[in-house]
Amino acid sequence: MYRSHVLVCGGTGCTSSGSQQIMETLKTEIEKNGLSEEVSVIQTGCHGLCALGPIMIIYPDATFYSMVKVEDIPEIVAEHLLKGRVVTRLLYKETVTPAGVKALIDTDFYKKQHRIALRNCGIINPEVIEEYIGTGGYEALGKVLTEMTPDDVIQCLLDSGLRGRGGGGFPTGLKWKLAKQNDADQKYVCCNADEGDPGAFMDRSILEGDPHAVLEAMAIAGYAIGASQGYIYVRAEYPIAVERLKIAIGQAREMGLLGKDIFSSGFDFDIDLRLGAGAFVCGEETALMTSIEGNRGEPRPRPPFPAQKGLFGKPTILNNVETYANIPQIILNGAAWFASMGTEKSKGTKVFALGGKIHNTGLVEIPMGTTLREVIEEIGGGIPNGKKFKAAQTGGPSGGCIPAEHFDIPIDYDNLISIGSMMGSGGLIVMDETDCMVDIAKFFLEFTVEESCGKCTPCRVGTKRMLEILTKITKGQAAMEDLDKLEELCYYIKENSLCGLGQTAPNPVLSTLRYFRDEYEAHIKEKRCPAGVCKALLSYRIDADKCRGCTLCARNCPNNAISGTVRNPHVIDQDKCIKCGACMEKCKFGAIYKK
Amino acid sequence: MACKKERVPFSGTPEQEAALKKVIAELKDTKGALMPIMQQAQEIYGYLPIEVQTMISDETGIPLEKIYGVSTFYSQFALQPKGKYQISVCLGTACYVKGSGAIFSKLEELLGITNGECTPDGRFSLDSCRCVGACGLAPVMMINDEVYGRLVPDDIPGILAKYK
Repeated sequence: MYRSHVLVCGGTGCTSSGSQQIMETLKTEIEKNGLSEEVSVIQTGCHGLCALGPIMIIYPDATFYSMVKVEDIPEIVAEHLLKGRVVTRLLYKETVTPAGVKALIDTDFYKKQHRIALRNCGIINPEVIEEYIGTGGYEALGKVLTEMTPDDVIQCLLDSGLRGRGGGGFPTGLKWKLAKQNDADQKYVCCNADEGDPGAFMDRSILEGDPHAVLEAMAIAGYAIGASQGYIYVRAEYPIAVERLKIAIGQAREMGLLGKDIFSSGFDFDIDLRLGAGAFVCGEETALMTSIEGNRGEPRPRPPFPAQKGLFGKPTILNNVETYANIPQIILNGAAWFASMGTEKSKGTKVFALGGKIHNTGLVEIPMGTTLREVIEEIGGGIPNGKKFKAAQTGGPSGGCIPAEHFDIPIDYDNLISIGSMMGSGGLIVMDETDCMVDIAKFFLEFTVEESCGKCTPCRVGTKRMLEILTKITKGQAAMEDLDKLEELCYYIKENSLCGLGQTAPNPVLSTLRYFRDEYEAHIKEKRCPAGVCKALLSYRIDADKCRGCTLCARNCPNNAISGTVRNPHVIDQDKCIKCGACMEKCKFGAIYKK
Repeated sequence: MACKKERVPFSGTPEQEAALKKVIAELKDTKGALMPIMQQAQEIYGYLPIEVQTMISDETGIPLEKIYGVSTFYSQFALQPKGKYQISVCLGTACYVKGSGAIFSKLEELLGITNGECTPDGRFSLDSCRCVGACGLAPVMMINDEVYGRLVPDDIPGILAKYK
């Protein structure tokens, strides 16, 4: 028995800011102080508040320390662990109130969240199967194998209303039902962990923080559709997730929770890992299966759907990581419990990765139907530096930008589509007034052009033409006719592309055209970038009244474009200026401005 | 992909070849083994020159053109050797919005190379990458396995100096 447990976040965000060294120092310090028998250090998955990492929670009182540094460790051990005195300066500021320290779950960031898929993340040690079992892990699999028929399982999922969390929102139960109906000597269960949508990292956090939940759900799926083999296709860019999955699979096999005759029920199921190799299109289900088969990850036309003819030509189901993470809970708590959360057509919760211009970047899990305002202003803590909100981008390269006028729309699958965006895998990037919407559209098109697999012409050639037009606009070389051409191309590519990548590639352009057309027009008609981003349309100037002639800008200009003498106003030679902005960054008097 | 380094002559060792053959023998009979074999081959050699692809083809009986097709499809497979220090700058959305473009330009300026290239002395190679999942630290770059977050362009010279 330990009197205190110290939880250190070992998710990617915190690891990147040094949580591994913190853990090692912590262990050394604890030993030095003779506390090894009393205090246990546990590495957990992500707590969600990545912006404040590295994060440490000390139980039993759940003291929440944020932005901990290695140098802070001796103090934490000597003060908190040895003497029981909280190190106030390291406390998460939100938890400090005049009345004392409040619990983490009462802070703005956590109080509106409801964690189902993330329920174990940040709580258990993902590398110890007993901790998962200790929180009810593998009970759902036991229940399914001993008390339920495959049809019961599928009915339960259908009743729960669970829809695919990877982006499309297809009803999971229906997918399983279709795969079960097709008889075959071999069927497969696949997990899509090829989280390619830039800015979304919930699947990674689940795999890192609670890998067994995914394994358990895949075994349940295998039982429901009659499959004995599963594959997890995970990005090679996620080394920690891959490592923890390997450990988890090994432990589950050792305990007989994967392999032959699970729970003595006669049911066999095993899981193999396959690593992706950096191709966004492999997140598309048919491309993913082609890739597992060892080929170029190109999609193929549907039908036949994977439920009929999928991996190696056999009936296959493919679900996303977050979808799987919900399933054991649905089995244990019942379909009605899950269906009681969310909106009419979107049940349960959704994990979002908050990023961009927002205070609390990190992972949040909210009931469907929460408004964008609640997510951004309350949970996310608003926009930093007193800037104004401009748009929220959801759905990554397949989604769109949501403007302030839709701030109060309840977030669910259908609402997001109706306003020209989509749920996607749950990336939510906040943009402020200094972001140019044409530039953002161009950014996403650069992405799709690079990631288009090249198999079908509308996507391969069409997206390239779109990017050319967008580039012309950002350089001030476009005419109004180009805008019409751009729109026409959008609809053409949407209708004619082979797979989801091409069909959704125009969305970032269409949604910004819909809500920020004036910005496009300013670039074209006035040759002006209202947000001051598009370099070709900007010039840097020095305000002669504010310039003190300190020469700092001239010394920092990489191209010697600034001239002037000491204590006299300087001037920028517009022909030489490469618009890098170094002068503006350096000026201490705010004398340099963009026009 | 252009590399400012001369095409490096292939210099595989017998040990590397033995390691590759062992990997192939182990995986050959699993379904869809090609990608795992290529991933491990890249781990052994650091990249996948045509010589290594030919070896894989000879050992597995998979046509070389198929292997070449796969190696050029996925961005993770490198046909040219990488620098001793591999720099990748995240150009995912969250990092982009927070200014990773300027970080990338600064690196281009300081190293004199652009995306996908490596310096003539073989020390640094520069790549842009998609989200590394550390969006809370945006903008982010990685040098080998070391992650640098919350960057501003002025941090770059000091960081590079550590790798001289």
